[in-house]
Amino acid sequence: MNGVHDMGGMHGHGPIAPEQDEPLWHAPWEARMFGMRRGGTFPPGFNIDRWRHVRELIPPYLYLVRSYYDHWYMSYVAALLHSGMATREEIKSGHAAPGTAKRNDAMRPDQVWKTQKTGGVFARAIETPPLFAIGQRVRARNINPTGHTRVPRYVRGKVGVVQLHHGGHVLPDSNAHLQGEAPEHLYTVAFSMRELWGPEASPRDEALADLWESYLEPA
Amino acid sequence: MAASLSDHPHHHDHAHSDVPSDPALRTRTLESLLTEKGLVDPAAIDAWVEAYEKKIGPRRGAEVVARAWVDPAFKARLLSDATSAIETFGFLGREAQHIVVVENTPAIHNLIVCTLCSCYPWGLLGLPPRWYKAAPYRARSVIDPRGVLAEFGLALGEEVEVRVWDSTAEIRYLVLPERPAGTDDFSEAELAALVTRDAMIGVAKVEAPKEPNA
Repeated sequence: MNGVHDMGGMHGHGPIAPEQDEPLWHAPWEARMFGMRRGGTFPPGFNIDRWRHVRELIPPYLYLVRSYYDHWYMSYVAALLHSGMATREEIKSGHAAPGTAKRNDAMRPDQVWKTQKTGGVFARAIETPPLFAIGQRVRARNINPTGHTRVPRYVRGKVGVVQLHHGGHVLPDSNAHLQGEAPEHLYTVAFSMRELWGPEASPRDEALADLWESYLEPA
Repeated sequence: MAASLSDHPHHHDHAHSDVPSDPALRTRTLESLLTEKGLVDPAAIDAWVEAYEKKIGPRRGAEVVARAWVDPAFKARLLSDATSAIETFGFLGREAQHIVVVENTPAIHNLIVCTLCSCYPWGLLGLPPRWYKAAPYRARSVIDPRGVLAEFGLALGEEVEVRVWDSTAEIRYLVLPERPAGTDDFSEAELAALVTRDAMIGVAKVEAPKEPNA
């Protein structure tokens, strides 16, 4: 979707303003929210791509003013509400509706380290040969899906060169919508700054993005 | 088939319209609910927080960098297959299972960003700094990386090529910074102590030690 989350190339957001000696958390609730997202129960089939899609569905006027871990709060709540795992009244009150059976399958503390260690593997064996080779010129297709995608607007329609080939990876466009992992070849494509931003850009610099095969066409 | 989330554009509005505006209060309420429903074990929250406060942080990435500085064979492996090289440290894990390491040299400067969300090599650098996740950095890094670097106090010559890596997939990038001058007699552990998180994101260089190594 062409959402506010797709920020590459925007102006007007102000200075970077890095903090000196930044603390790990800016308030205790951030740590609790972090732990809830990592250790809490999600709806069946939920995955990282769906998580990112829920986050990018935060309305733009809130996305820009709410902090990162507040995005996590909003996204977790949205997932709970959408799946029926919680009601608005429950979210508001902090108490389960009368008669709700308590589940007993939440992640235990002794499962945390293993989950950290083994989670997040997205490479998949894929039998189809890659359509593109390292060094080949490719164009990022000008696609504008209304669902989740990971092709940023600033590369669409632009020509780059395949820099790396990573083999098969889970396709977010399908996985986010619970339509299967549909793995595709994943490439890193290098775009010159002049191709992306015009003749005023640096002649030497480039930006590289990781793009799935169906995002690309020969150029 | 489950209804598409995109078909429900207002579900976030429902989610926030009648909850307290103070995030501390809202998140405490959520933790109470999840605990009561058996959807989270508060001790598991504690364990996740402790893991990222005490075990998983930028010292991990610094160890990898220092090893590459002292061991040419490891460095070659790190640059050609970072995922297997880093697993020799046991550092692979969530948000760090598929890794590419890019080398800064006098001719090439690499910078890591995620324009679409905030992808970051958590397993190697720990919790990301706030600026990395905020709009100004995500927006401007890919269009004006030299301006962004200047805000971090890093001015690069025109002859240097800047490469900005936008982490749009599950590949997580780590910058291998240049080893500073004056560190020839440093041990691997002493070198690791010089390496900063910002240098491994690419918004800083590793500073030469201020005093000779005694």
